[in-house]
Amino acid sequence: MNYPKITYTGWRKGKDKTAFVLVCLFSLITMFPLFFILWDVVSKGYKNFNLRLFTEVTPSSMDAMLARMNGEPIPGGILNGITGTVLIVGMAIIFSVFLGLFIGIYLADNRGKRFAGVVSYLTDLLQGMPSIVIGIITYAWIVKPLSGYSALAGSVALTIMMLPMIVRSTEETLKMLPVAYKEAGLALGSSYTNVVFRILIPSGFGGIFTGILLAVSRVMGETAPLMITALGASVVNWKVMEPTSAIPLLIWDFYNDPNLVELIWSSSLLLLIVIFLLNWIAKIVARKWKV
Amino acid sequence: MKDKIFRLVLFVAALVILLLAAGIVYALVNRSVEAFGEYGTWGFISNAEWDPRSATEEYGALSFVMGTLYTAFFSLLLCIPFALAVALFNGEYFKGSGFSSFVSSIVDLLAGIPSIVYGLWGFYTVRPIVIEMGVNAQGFGIFLSSVVLSIMIIPYASSLSAEFLSMVPNKLKEGAYSLGATRLEVVRHISLPTAASGIVASFILALGRALGETMAVTMLIGNTNRIPQGLRDTGNTMASVIANQFGESDGLKLSALIAIGLLLFIITALINLAAKMVMKKLARI
Repeated sequence: MNYPKITYTGWRKGKDKTAFVLVCLFSLITMFPLFFILWDVVSKGYKNFNLRLFTEVTPSSMDAMLARMNGEPIPGGILNGITGTVLIVGMAIIFSVFLGLFIGIYLADNRGKRFAGVVSYLTDLLQGMPSIVIGIITYAWIVKPLSGYSALAGSVALTIMMLPMIVRSTEETLKMLPVAYKEAGLALGSSYTNVVFRILIPSGFGGIFTGILLAVSRVMGETAPLMITALGASVVNWKVMEPTSAIPLLIWDFYNDPNLVELIWSSSLLLLIVIFLLNWIAKIVARKWKV
Repeated sequence: MKDKIFRLVLFVAALVILLLAAGIVYALVNRSVEAFGEYGTWGFISNAEWDPRSATEEYGALSFVMGTLYTAFFSLLLCIPFALAVALFNGEYFKGSGFSSFVSSIVDLLAGIPSIVYGLWGFYTVRPIVIEMGVNAQGFGIFLSSVVLSIMIIPYASSLSAEFLSMVPNKLKEGAYSLGATRLEVVRHISLPTAASGIVASFILALGRALGETMAVTMLIGNTNRIPQGLRDTGNTMASVIANQFGESDGLKLSALIAIGLLLFIITALINLAAKMVMKKLARI
């Protein structure tokens, strides 16, 4: 018997194969930019990636120009940016971790309540808010009333960015824990507070900690909100109420200054190493303490 | 007693989110009243003039609204084939395999790269290519920023889409296979339609990201304060004009910039709401 279907099948098979190849091809192409960017940053940044980068502050544009004219390496590093990032991000972690943890616990425990629904919706809204708008708000809240740019303002901006991420990851993690954990604790006569701190948080530690690490890695490279809150400084500053620099802020400064432009790649390299390291640790933690 | 206090603490913490949101809206509205009062709400939005010189001072948001829409939608268009391919790769063709976890962790790393590093890469590596392509003489503009932006939003669109694709029940797919469907036919007639609203929602969320992206766009768009005349033209987005001019401004200009921030906030809030509504439709199926 003659099956006209067979030629038809060939055509369908051909289309099927083509689609498969296209999906693989486009997925492959999507991965290229990562390698291009890494190659760019590493190949251009390794020259200035030395001890000096970590131990000296940003040189003035003048010194850098003189050094460049004499063919010497740039006389300075990004110590002020490193300490600034530690200060600003560190404060943001302190502000956001406990608050985010508590809100996450509240949302996980009060599902279905109207107030919790509103809070959950607003958390989504905060998460989708552009970082520059967060910068404006912090400017209006803190920089303007206290009449000055400061590390505190920068860390408040980063706190607003981190908070929804930590709330979400905490809530999702706690929701995945079996209800029996909580019920068993309560049935044994333990107080709700003890159940939360002795059972829920330790069992969900992996997911919660991963969420915090990812949130930190996200705000680490934020530039726009810091530009209009922490402003930047060319010296090491540990005072909370003074303008402070950060690594991404310095990259922006170097980008705009032709004398210092060589430093952008080594600073970017450092930033990427820290961010990818945080991502990597988060992955390991998530795998090790799987809920 | 201890429990009561603890529950109260949790409630107060949740209240902080409410206060934050109220404070955000209040601060934005309060600081932008001056600009809206000067030109009228619609007058401010529909005016394409942006002239900070003190003699002929005049501010309007239209150029930046248009610049934002151009870049965001063009980058969304560019990212669709790639994000969809990655989503199908991870959520359908290689679901759960080692290949898939490799590809998805690579694509996730793309989301971890800071905006400013994308800007540097776009400036030093992509811009020469764009000039070579003959798009325009300097390379800066809507086209360059959209290309870089599309790479930045791929991970957001693809990871969520993949999740929705992988949730399509096997029963449905097996039914189609047993009727003799090829893999492509299953994808086209079963997987994609079933996960459609989830995929649409993830692309809407990616659009929201593109609308608010600041540093990379600021470095690549050319920063001209007028309505862009097409993809080859330079322009400014709402986020980039704020990043560019906020530092040295005060008075009416500052208020106008904050008003643009308020508009951007409203647009992204609406986009998020739209995504949520589309997803709700999915939950009902």
